[in-house]
Amino acid sequence: MLDLRAGDAVEISGVVLTARDAAHQRLIETLDRGEVLPVDLAGQVIYYVGPAPARPGAVIGSAGPTTSGRMDRYAPALHAAGLRGTIGKGYRSDVVRQALVEHCGVYFAAVGGSGALLAKRIVSAEVIAYPDLGTEAIWRLQLDRFPAIVVNDAYGADLYSTAKGEYRRDG
Amino acid sequence: MREIDISTVTEAVQRLCLEANYVAAPDVRKAFELAAEREVSPLGKQVLTQLLENMRVAEVERVPMCQDTGTVVIFADIGQDLHFSGGLFSDAVNEGVRRAYTGGYLRSSIVDRPVGKRTNTRDNTPAVLHLHLVDGDQLTMTMLAKGGGAENMSQMRMLTPGDGLDGVLNFVVETVERAGPNACPPVIVGVGIGGTFDSVGTLAKQALTREIGSEHDDPQIQEIEGELIQRINNLGIGPHGFGGRITALAVHVEIAPTHIASLPVAVNLQCGPAARLRRVTI
Repeated sequence: MLDLRAGDAVEISGVVLTARDAAHQRLIETLDRGEVLPVDLAGQVIYYVGPAPARPGAVIGSAGPTTSGRMDRYAPALHAAGLRGTIGKGYRSDVVRQALVEHCGVYFAAVGGSGALLAKRIVSAEVIAYPDLGTEAIWRLQLDRFPAIVVNDAYGADLYSTAKGEYRRDG
Repeated sequence: MREIDISTVTEAVQRLCLEANYVAAPDVRKAFELAAEREVSPLGKQVLTQLLENMRVAEVERVPMCQDTGTVVIFADIGQDLHFSGGLFSDAVNEGVRRAYTGGYLRSSIVDRPVGKRTNTRDNTPAVLHLHLVDGDQLTMTMLAKGGGAENMSQMRMLTPGDGLDGVLNFVVETVERAGPNACPPVIVGVGIGGTFDSVGTLAKQALTREIGSEHDDPQIQEIEGELIQRINNLGIGPHGFGGRITALAVHVEIAPTHIASLPVAVNLQCGPAARLRRVTI
């Protein structure tokens, strides 16, 4: 994670977990009660996605990123519990960016609205927690060369603000 | 008086939902091709190319372009000389949504209540319906599959007459800037000005149903749209917020008469990559 810098284009291969709004709420409630999480977050990456149903024979349906900002209120506690990275789209709060610096974490953006294409880079998918949540369950995904861009790195840099500054014109 | 069986409505809605999610509309595709030519930022160009490739894959494989297959919003223009037989219009629409979303591998994204348990209805119903009575004996349905990301970044404000046109323009530009990468740019910006608190939001959504880049017939509105797209594309946000000159594909403004004390404005954002709109007349 320390080798990655904001603006880097990467291809991610390996295992990630999925979680979005409803699963995050349950994870945090579990932590607040002092109980053990149903998944081990140590060294893990969470992909913010709620996939579409798979056609017969397909691994998964369309699976692009959802807006990360809705998970900002939960992310620092999960980073403190061992989470190293997240994949989503859109702005992160100052608090989350600070948590990335503290825990040597990275926030990646995948291209929103390209879920059909991104699904082709997911080679296996299984629900491992909260199956009653359907698309919002926690899935274990195996990624193969999944394209993403580093937006926030472990040094506090933010691609969204620097990129905007570069192309901004007055008037 | 013309009579049609309500099952015709169900079948039409089912087809609209499937096609809108699987196949990019010609105006959307064309707008992306133009944007990919014009974008000067290398990363921005790469994003636009990736999104065009995504449209191709979705169409060939008959899978949704985006996993967020949206809330179904339908504007129905119903001829006054048309009679529906065999059931309720709204039931027929929801049955069409149900068949498309459960049978077409589309994601169900609707929860039954906004606060509390938020249980998924598992068939993406109910749809949001806007009914209008018009002349004649035909039914025209304009359907949007509206994703949550861009919808969440939309805003409305009750400005007052003293805020004037400048106040309106600033509010629109600020809304797009605040939305930034969250709304999946390049976006289509629907703006409603005038009417009342409740109607201005619908007006903004209606503005999104115009063909991308189509010219407004009111010269003053044309001028406003031109100024807005220039200011928005000067923000530098670019495709997916990675920097660039194409932040919006189009700005569509619609106006309505309003109260002497009022100047309501609503900005409804539509993600460009999965701008799903279809229209049918039966």
